[in-house]
Amino acid sequence: MTELLTVENLHVVFQTYAGTVYAVNGMTFSVQPGEIFGLVGESGCGKSVACLAILRILPGHGRITAGRVLFDGHDLTQAKESEMQAIRGRQIAMIFQDPSTSLNPVFTVGSQIKRIIRHHTQASRQATEQRALELLDEVALPDPPRIMQAYPHELSGGMQQRVMIAMALASGARLLIADEPTTALDVTIQNQILELLVELRRHVGLSILLITHNLGVVAETCDRVGVAYAGQIVEIGPTSEVLHTMKHPYTQGLLAALPSAQQKGRDLLSIPGSVPNGLSVIPGCPFHPRCPHVMEVCRQTPPRLTAVNPGEAQHQVACYLYSPETAQ
Amino acid sequence: MSDQILLETRRLSKYFHPRRGLLSSKTGTVRALEDVNLTIYRQETLGVVGESGCGKTTLGRVLLNLVKPTSGQVIFEGQDLSSLERDALRRLRREMQIVFQNPYSSFDPRFSMFRSLAEPLTTHTNLRGAALEQRTRQLVRQVGMPEDALSRYPHEFSGGQLQRLAIARALALNPKFIVLDEPTSALDVSVQAQILNLLRNLQRHFKLTYLFISHDLSVVQYISDRIAVMYLGKVVELIAAPSLVEGQAQHPYTRALLSAIPEVHPEDKRERIVMPSKAPDAARPPSGCSFHPRCPFAMEICAQVEPPLEQISAEHWSACHLIHQSLQN
Repeated sequence: MTELLTVENLHVVFQTYAGTVYAVNGMTFSVQPGEIFGLVGESGCGKSVACLAILRILPGHGRITAGRVLFDGHDLTQAKESEMQAIRGRQIAMIFQDPSTSLNPVFTVGSQIKRIIRHHTQASRQATEQRALELLDEVALPDPPRIMQAYPHELSGGMQQRVMIAMALASGARLLIADEPTTALDVTIQNQILELLVELRRHVGLSILLITHNLGVVAETCDRVGVAYAGQIVEIGPTSEVLHTMKHPYTQGLLAALPSAQQKGRDLLSIPGSVPNGLSVIPGCPFHPRCPHVMEVCRQTPPRLTAVNPGEAQHQVACYLYSPETAQ
Repeated sequence: MSDQILLETRRLSKYFHPRRGLLSSKTGTVRALEDVNLTIYRQETLGVVGESGCGKTTLGRVLLNLVKPTSGQVIFEGQDLSSLERDALRRLRREMQIVFQNPYSSFDPRFSMFRSLAEPLTTHTNLRGAALEQRTRQLVRQVGMPEDALSRYPHEFSGGQLQRLAIARALALNPKFIVLDEPTSALDVSVQAQILNLLRNLQRHFKLTYLFISHDLSVVQYISDRIAVMYLGKVVELIAAPSLVEGQAQHPYTRALLSAIPEVHPEDKRERIVMPSKAPDAARPPSGCSFHPRCPFAMEICAQVEPPLEQISAEHWSACHLIHQSLQN
């Protein structure tokens, strides 16, 4: 299968008063057509920055310093701004964590969604109206004609996020980047939004890059997942394999830290130390200062993503514990 | 048994009257808390869960008398907070503390950590000079921070470190009771684990009683002894934490919440309970059982009569007509 989106060895830096922040340091992953790919990690791991870099909407002090972003075979890092304009929205749409800040408070939902349809198609007034109603229906909003007349503040957070998804679909995008789309929502609403995304993948054939810090969300929605740490992917593969036969010490640490009823009465395992701040590039494996299995080689040379089992190339991990040269 | 009780609420209610528009006309009453009767035992952790707007944060604030209740009583160690004079209330404040969700906004950015941690001590005790300094050093050590943290400012710390310091400040006056209002919601999971471990250790060491407020059921299940599930200002279920699992929780809302948690092991998953329609407006709560418009098991009576919180077993209370009927049969 050919990939829809391939991110190859992506590097992004920010110039700040504190110095250069190395936010993304050689991130590599791909999204296939009709796939939901999860990018999971803690704050500061570079997952959101990588997505802004894909769309080339990094804030002014951020720069892509190396790597390629292939969308349908075209390298977006080399594309002209005018070419990017045609890709943003029309090919790749994005939704964010807080839907209330993504909608304009002074226009009705209807006028905002119709404006997007008209921007991307040359439809007549009537056809635009019709399409807007269809889209609101597609994202399972009750009573679309009423929603069209409503202002964003009249809708709940879950409904606002549905409107955002409808707007993303309005342009006919093939890839949806969803950055923590349910983090601001209650768990019962989160569930409905995730089910909607899974449903859209099935019906519309949408590919989704889902960014989240929640491993449960990944388990229930994603086909494949990449675990990001310090701007790199440390483990990647089919969701059930990564979450159930996790190999990287960081993935293991993350899962062990999740509280649950079974852990009751026992201390939770936590990863010592804290997430690096990105002001310097950690030599060797970025996780080595916090890793319980650290070896000499980990401090010197960064490990490369390699297949966990030679037989199946899908599940890969960047850790010397599993590389043939160093594994005992 | 009564000396086991640290805090009790009797028919505690808090109504808000939101105002809208320039001429601030009253637009109705939001019943953030309605007739809440809770008992908190010494050295236990009572977890409070519910979705946004269910009144869980208001409950924490009313218990500490940070917000005055509209009616009802909060009884702390036998004393009704509403009947206390200012001075007596102020003395009692030493016994009860709070830790908030966002540690960045709970410290004054211009104060050094020493000044922030010393403030409750200088307000409530006679500690000064070297003794004050020694006490603050002890506090930061207790939460696993280095002593040089005292000379630093809030922006120099990460969220997890600041939350440790907020806990240190809450411990300064040796309180008996701490309200933890979403203390780990702003933190990453690995840091959350560190804070939850710290809270458990401190509880054992200082014999603390916690009210742990969270929207995250797995966190509440892990840390609490008993759990109160709130919906639209009311406690709809009160249950021992180990019983809050699929099959034992009774109230349809609790079951819907349980089934909605995204699980890392979806194979353990049971059927999902889908709640139709969105959460109702707290200013216009539905008639009868306030959950009935979203309840998949709603009956005719549910729209008419509000179900009382009924005891099902020693440690289990639930407010639902369905359960009431099955108990009768």
